[in-house]
Amino acid sequence: MVEIKQEDILHLLCERLASFANAELEITPETNLITQLAIDSIKLLNLIMELEDNFDISIPLNALADVLTVRDLANLIYRIKAVPK
Amino acid sequence: MNLLEKLDAAAAARKAQLPTGLSAFGIPIEEIYSPTEARIGDRHILLLGTNNYLGLSFAPECREAAHEAIDKEGTGTTGSRMANGNYSGHRALEIEFADFYQCRSCIVFTTGYQANLGTISGLIGAGDVALIDGDSHASIYDGCILSGADIIRFRHNDMVDLEKRLRRLGDRSRNTLIIVEGIYSMLGDQASLAEIVNLKNAYNSTLLLDEAHSLGVLGETGQGLVEKTGLINEVDFITGTFSKSLCGVGGYCVSNHPQLDQLRYVSHPYIFTASPSPATIAATRAALRLLRNGSKLREQLWRNARQLYSHLKMLGYQVGPEPGPVVAVILDNPQQALALWNGLLENGIYVNLILPPAAPEGKSLVRCSVNAAHTFEQIEHVCRTFTMLHSSLAR
Repeated sequence: MVEIKQEDILHLLCERLASFANAELEITPETNLITQLAIDSIKLLNLIMELEDNFDISIPLNALADVLTVRDLANLIYRIKAVPK
Repeated sequence: MNLLEKLDAAAAARKAQLPTGLSAFGIPIEEIYSPTEARIGDRHILLLGTNNYLGLSFAPECREAAHEAIDKEGTGTTGSRMANGNYSGHRALEIEFADFYQCRSCIVFTTGYQANLGTISGLIGAGDVALIDGDSHASIYDGCILSGADIIRFRHNDMVDLEKRLRRLGDRSRNTLIIVEGIYSMLGDQASLAEIVNLKNAYNSTLLLDEAHSLGVLGETGQGLVEKTGLINEVDFITGTFSKSLCGVGGYCVSNHPQLDQLRYVSHPYIFTASPSPATIAATRAALRLLRNGSKLREQLWRNARQLYSHLKMLGYQVGPEPGPVVAVILDNPQQALALWNGLLENGIYVNLILPPAAPEGKSLVRCSVNAAHTFEQIEHVCRTFTMLHSSLAR
């Protein structure tokens, strides 16, 4: 299995999240998911399920409590992905 | 934003969804005439939004039992089951529920909400996993949060997604509690229990089934989905409520696992609350007897459910995936749902309005609940009203 890098996850997230931002906003690792993007709780849960399938992981809902920025989400995905089954 | 400003922001969002003056939530019912009729304001209303599935809310047996219990034991227990609130009636009801399910034991809780909260938080903890259907009731989500376990959702009734998530857990699947519902309250559809049981066994997990909406509704004697599917011995824990088919307040958990009784000593929602009142317990015991022998009520309930479901489907309304006592009309936006809900109320019919984020997939719902006490003519009246409103909604 090819190991995925943290930077690759971050890059993918920035690309994917662009659809939730207006044209002027550049998505960076420090972009706040809730206050800077037009993303409500339903859209967020759907996005999480899409990411779970993309990375073949399950992200616990309780782990999302600490996620504020794009970087936080990327770090969480990386940590879950790194845990051996 | 301070604490009170956060509440102001939530109130503003709520007001933006609902036009001024229209109070769809918590509408006051002034008088109840029967299981199907009431007065709201100065209007005589047909009730099509209760959970009174067998129509037992005025059953003479239950009313007499409640009166007698008040006269003998007073209005309240004033204490927890672990202290002074453990009456012989509570223990008798637990024995009767265990007998009903042919299970080893039962615990009675003060509400259905607490039955899930107490059972889930007693069964799992930090390091364990709760694997729950995405359309689960808030009591399931809250029980999982209280437990401290990792909470993972699978797509509603999607067995491929459930299997995928069990596989991803690796060895942790052994410490996983899968939680599903017999009938889901939003769309009225049933869990794919046979497939869920197969997956639970394949991954050595534990299964909890909430029969809140299916007790009294499914199965020959009304046990719920476990009876309909013949899988009672494959489900580890069954929870449910007294507040729907049994027309009381309270909840239960039954199981064949001897460890169930240990929950009494670790479950805060069981320990730190007053036990159900004597009247509630007595009425529930009487209602359970009626439910067990209620095959004719179930037949009538299902006739009513099929009559309404098939009519709405024929009209072109988007409805839930299968007929059942909960008949949900799915609408694309809150404005359409409000218009339909209001149109029904103006024509003397009360139903439930469910708006995002409470409704699945960002949709809005006008949720009807039929019961065994509805007459053919009452359901016909509802069907005619939906027909009339369908043409006005389409304009």
